[in-house]
Amino acid sequence: MSAIGASLARIEGIEKVTGAADYAYETTAEQETLYGWVVQSSIVTGRILDIGVDAVLALPGVVEVVTWRNAPHLEDTGDGELNVLQHAIISYRGQPVAVVIAETLETAREAANVLEVSYSAGESDVLMSPDHLRLYAPDKVNPAFETDSVIGEVDVALADAVTSIDHSYSTPALFNNPMEPHATTAEWQGGRLELVDSTQGSSVTAEQIGALFGIPGEAVHVRAEHVGGGFGSKGSPRPNVPLAAIAAKITGRRVKLAYTRQMMSSLAGYRTPTVSRMRLGADADGRLTAISHEAFSQTSTLFEFAEQTAEATRHMYAAPNRRTTHRLVALDVPTPRWMRAPGECPGMYALESAMDELAAAAGIDPIELRRRNEPERDPELDVPYSSRDLIGCMERGAELFGWAERDPRPAAHIDGRWAIGTGMAASTYPAMAQPSGAVVTAMPDGRYRLGINATDIGTGSRTVMRQIAADALDVEPEAIDIRIADSNLPKASVAGGSSGTASWGWAVTKACRELRISLQTGMTIPPDGITVTATTDAEIAAQEELSRHAFGAQFVEVRVDLDSGEVVVPRMVGVFAAGRIMNPRLARSQFIGAMTMGLGMALHEVGELDTVLGDYANHDFATYHIPACADVKDIRVEWLDEEDTHLSPMGGKGIGEIGIVGAAAAVANAVAHATGIRVRDLPIQPDKLIADLPARF
Amino acid sequence: MAATRIEVPRSAIAITLNGERTAVEVDNRTSLLDLLREQLGLTGAKKGCDHGQCGACTVLVDSRRVNACLTLAVTLDGAEIHTIEGLSDGGELHPVQRAFLERDAFQCGYCTPGQICSAVGAIREAKDGWPSHVTEDLSAAAVVLDDEEVRERMSGNLCRCGAYANIVPAVLDAAGEGSDDGTDLPRREEFHPIPSVEEVAG
Ligand code: FES
Ligand code: FES
Repeated sequence: MSAIGASLARIEGIEKVTGAADYAYETTAEQETLYGWVVQSSIVTGRILDIGVDAVLALPGVVEVVTWRNAPHLEDTGDGELNVLQHAIISYRGQPVAVVIAETLETAREAANVLEVSYSAGESDVLMSPDHLRLYAPDKVNPAFETDSVIGEVDVALADAVTSIDHSYSTPALFNNPMEPHATTAEWQGGRLELVDSTQGSSVTAEQIGALFGIPGEAVHVRAEHVGGGFGSKGSPRPNVPLAAIAAKITGRRVKLAYTRQMMSSLAGYRTPTVSRMRLGADADGRLTAISHEAFSQTSTLFEFAEQTAEATRHMYAAPNRRTTHRLVALDVPTPRWMRAPGECPGMYALESAMDELAAAAGIDPIELRRRNEPERDPELDVPYSSRDLIGCMERGAELFGWAERDPRPAAHIDGRWAIGTGMAASTYPAMAQPSGAVVTAMPDGRYRLGINATDIGTGSRTVMRQIAADALDVEPEAIDIRIADSNLPKASVAGGSSGTASWGWAVTKACRELRISLQTGMTIPPDGITVTATTDAEIAAQEELSRHAFGAQFVEVRVDLDSGEVVVPRMVGVFAAGRIMNPRLARSQFIGAMTMGLGMALHEVGELDTVLGDYANHDFATYHIPACADVKDIRVEWLDEEDTHLSPMGGKGIGEIGIVGAAAAVANAVAHATGIRVRDLPIQPDKLIADLPARF
Repeated sequence: MAATRIEVPRSAIAITLNGERTAVEVDNRTSLLDLLREQLGLTGAKKGCDHGQCGACTVLVDSRRVNACLTLAVTLDGAEIHTIEGLSDGGELHPVQRAFLERDAFQCGYCTPGQICSAVGAIREAKDGWPSHVTEDLSAAAVVLDDEEVRERMSGNLCRCGAYANIVPAVLDAAGEGSDDGTDLPRREEFHPIPSVEEVAG
């Protein structure tokens, strides 16, 4: 029986439910560890004039205070966020200005609190808007997509359209907020750096940190056995890593350093606020004649991150005339980075809201509208899809949800104090794979040792890699001992872009198949086993040009409290076509988790910018509400069996992100159906509804 | 404000930790969470916010769930504390731990020890008749848990991986396993009267 496709439980499950799983701040060392605490700038731009280091050094238990004056030199690697403590210039509020190192956590924290920093503050600009005077077109958008695309005559087609809509949709700054704050334990051993880090990829961390310190990546050893979530915020090293390494270097001791929850909003990356101006034109049958998506977002002055907000729009629906653009403004803010489905998630909120508005304007059922605009090939890449089953997802979702009974009229279902409505939206996410390496050893006792530098940030990759290896070796999964999350293993890609399983699994499959072939010669296995190492650079480079995307459909019921404007979501249904599903048990958890995060985006989450202080004001879980248990009711998930031979040998498309894509639009569409009020600026909080809610009757 | 010399008063306390009498000296600024994690090597309780806003640090003090990050260790002289490490009895997992495994009620696992300790506390609170915001009958001797009750009672424990849809049935599974199994904490040693600070220090 195939191990792929089996609902195996997580290998590390018992460690996680008994508290035995060690995260980056928890590696119990016999030797003493010092505590580092980050001090952040309280101005937005300007210069540090002085730091009262001596007063703090005099405190008992304080070992060292590192500032730009005594920090070791770091190389310029092109990411200004990582060049910590190199000069007195401040580029955003919350930027690290010092690290206090002390014998105990309490002393480090208190000393950091009393450290006096004086500044000379400059002018600052922190507010993104689609009319900003300094908007510019970046060379590429994340990671390497074209900034703009133009096909046909969009403006002419819009002018001639029978039905058209023209609206702007905005999403606020959102914080990834993994439950484990970023943390690093660092120690120098001669010229080598030992790191235990909360990262989504130890290979990339080793390389980037090595480059910063001017040493080869191999001289940096990074481990990340257990990682308490990341959602993109740990996809590349953030300032915590160089800060810990600097602290360890300057003290010659082992130092551990963690962000507080409050630090996360400025030092961990976040989702940029976005504005999408959507224009759609359709003929009398509801066939799109024009699609225009103009996206606006922000970056910092330290590093250019250009979110690919309009990218998904290029691949969703057929239309002869189309245009997508991305404009960016560099502000005095922390650098926005990846957050779960960067680009697709905010962009599809806009497109799928606009499609719902178009459906209403044209008097066509939202599913039918999407069906009529199903493309035969990718409309912008002009290549076939490797597989695409959006229609299957919508049909199955409609059946599970009971869509057929829906009365399309808005605000037509009032039950006491509740306005009830339903909505749907499509989901999509690209299926990607990156080159990776894997090593596998056949031991004389019949067991196998697999080394793959995957990271398990909660996805279950440790378990899935073992399943993949079991099939490739044709043995039971239990016969395989697996090692992950260690940069001493062959280089592998990050847990990001929903590409981990495909990238790592491809390398695992190749190494295991090659090992099987060498075992077939019947040679006796020496005491230290027979080892095969494989990399997939050639295979990935040789992939034919196709449009590879997962698709899905999400359905939501909302109840809107007519007295308070509060929105409750009693049920969500998601159906996804994402190639082969490796482990249904773990896949289901990924989908429901992402849909839950999408619910937070729809209803709760918003980084509130204080333009006077120049910073997001809500830095903690009391003021930045992520979904809690009571917010989440019934979530039902299914997937369609999809056989796609144009992917990795395992045939999966990746499932970490697609579940958040479309969720917020489905909620917004359901709210519009329930109340007749279209909210185009997330989140849908009561104040956006209360004034215009229909009357109770 | 200029940095002033930090006075660091320390105190000796004695707690019963997972059934073991434990005497420790603590910095008076130390939270129970930091005492467990940094001084006693019990890193199962997690730090998600250090502000009482996420529940990752939940442990049981005298059988009631508390946020260990909001509790100063120095206030706990004489307390009986159970952490996630003390929930399983020898090799035997606690029913809540088993239910979390069976329901895949976690992903990254970082909120999980707190969720599990919180669930143990919540099940006991319901059994003791403590009403919640959604309880209809406020005078019932014991509250019967259902989805709504569990969601309400577990809302102090955030899970960014979004495992709630699995956590709720896991808690219900464990709660349904019989009146004792779901809630009882292993006691390896009878509770001893707590010696005074002087006795411990001496
Ligand atoms: S760490 Fe204690 S409640 Fe968050
Ligand atoms: S399992 Fe990751 S936060 Fe709950």
